Amino acid sequence: MTTTSAEAVPRDTEAGGTAVRRPEGAGYLTTAAATARRNLLQFFRTPQTLMMGTIQGAMFLFMFRYVFGYAISTRGGLSYVDWMVPGFLATVMVWTGMGAAAGIAEESVAGVFDRFRSLPIPRSAVMVGRSLADGVLIAWGIFTTTVIGLIIGFRPHGSATEIALAFLLMLFAGYAVSWVFIVLGLVSSSAQAAQGMGMLVMPFSFISSANVPVASMPGWMQPFAANQPVSVLINAVRSLMHGGPGVVGIGHTTAYWVGLSVVWYAGIAVVFAAVATRRFSRTR
Amino acid sequence: MSPIIEAHDLRKHYGDVHALDGLNLVAHSGHVTALLGPNGAGKTTFVNAVATLLRPTSGTLRVAGIDALAQPKQVRRIIGLAGQYASVEPTMTGTENLVMVARLFGLDAAAAKRGAAEVLEQLGLTDAGDRLVREYSGGMRRRLDLGASLVGRPQLLLLDEPTTGLDPRSRMELWDAIRGLVDSGTDVLLTTQYLEEADQLARDVVIVDHGRVIAAGTPDELKGQAGRDVIEIRPHTATDLAAVQDVLRAVGVEEPRVAADLHRVSTPVDRGATDLATVVRLLDERSLAVDDVGLRRPTLDEVFLTLTGAPIDGDAADTTSASLA
Repeated sequence: MTTTSAEAVPRDTEAGGTAVRRPEGAGYLTTAAATARRNLLQFFRTPQTLMMGTIQGAMFLFMFRYVFGYAISTRGGLSYVDWMVPGFLATVMVWTGMGAAAGIAEESVAGVFDRFRSLPIPRSAVMVGRSLADGVLIAWGIFTTTVIGLIIGFRPHGSATEIALAFLLMLFAGYAVSWVFIVLGLVSSSAQAAQGMGMLVMPFSFISSANVPVASMPGWMQPFAANQPVSVLINAVRSLMHGGPGVVGIGHTTAYWVGLSVVWYAGIAVVFAAVATRRFSRTR
Repeated sequence: MSPIIEAHDLRKHYGDVHALDGLNLVAHSGHVTALLGPNGAGKTTFVNAVATLLRPTSGTLRVAGIDALAQPKQVRRIIGLAGQYASVEPTMTGTENLVMVARLFGLDAAAAKRGAAEVLEQLGLTDAGDRLVREYSGGMRRRLDLGASLVGRPQLLLLDEPTTGLDPRSRMELWDAIRGLVDSGTDVLLTTQYLEEADQLARDVVIVDHGRVIAAGTPDELKGQAGRDVIEIRPHTATDLAAVQDVLRAVGVEEPRVAADLHRVSTPVDRGATDLATVVRLLDERSLAVDDVGLRRPTLDEVFLTLTGAPIDGDAADTTSASLA
């Protein structure tokens, strides 16, 4: 074809001969929506991952409810199932995120991101799309965990507003945490490496008030277990779902735990989103 | 007519590793330019620089007249990239994949749909358009990947080893598709390790080694540069390979090469026709039955050997990657 002349102003570059103006490239919203949709299709069109995630979640709930449950004292007025299900709900984000990190590392290695980087789009929007998709996956995980929780006897005692707020808070935290796993995926050299890095986040899930009361842990571990962000979120969710921190055997007020959660997860989102978008957008 | 790609003294250093080491290249519009070289020669690094995926350490790079270092986003509007691996999404259909990329190029929904249908048609994938890509064969995936780089109607298409890992039939299909593109007016820069591929597709071949251009020209010019014609003989029985090698030793300027797997012996010669006559006489005297004997221009493989002192595959690749490691 005949190419543009040397003097051609790039903005007016035209395909050989035709007078059609070249599109400017997609905007931020289109890019984020397209990449989010792609990641969601990836998940919902792979029935195996969809089923396995749900079955695994159900298995853990069953085990804790019926195997460990009778040996664990909640040190308060709550039955173990009512106490543990909010903990499981609040840690869905960690399990979902590990899968996301592996997926991102895999795509990075397979050259998928190179194609995106070669397109006339705002690069940071690609990762925003990914985080939105992860947010939906976390919502899906929370939904299935709630259903299974209800089946094995979980009954929240809080008001409808409080329960709704608990779910909103978990979604917000989940969205924030998805950025942590995006960063892990982007810095990993392979899916396996990303999975390994994801395991490093596991202590935040287990050394928390998710499965057992912090007071039952050794003294040296308690300061971390009680104050790390996952525990703060769990305390907030539990308090909201059951009508106050007193019922679940912790101090302060519900507003304190909710406020502290918002601060923690807003901070995590800002820091990790900045790192992730920079990392993805950089030209090597 | 301004060149589609103009690289001047392009360098990309990773510490002590010089992936590009002063590369100069001018690719003209209107045909395929092939970058030929072993693994680690710097081919992919160069393609990635043109695709604005990496920033050269120094030098200048213009794509269709646009300064790729200063205005990468403008370059992205006119290029399409198909990397070494098919990067289409397996859980989406062929059409969905193409529509997504077209939308990202900035086409509206209707135009993207039209564009996707056209590209599927062009690549012979119309029937597979509604199937999930995970059901595609390897060759179909690569063709769809090519389609994804095309759907934005780029002025310049960048293909990084487009047929690596494909079976011969899929490779031919992809070659046909690439030829069709050039006919329809897209400029193509492709990298390859396959001499045959460069020979088949490209009018300009640029031989790259250790991050620099060591030779450039049409396949014929390059073959001329390497100089000597080659006499090649295919004996009737494999047991005669050594005897035939002996015959060629009488006229050859180098030790004759035996390609046992191909059942052939060849050697470069100085006086083509005269030497051929001598060879035929010797074969006759020694009663060696041959299926084929001929005088031919050197292959790009032999050109590469002459220019670099190492064959393009195997050892050359190892040495290069070792020196780059």
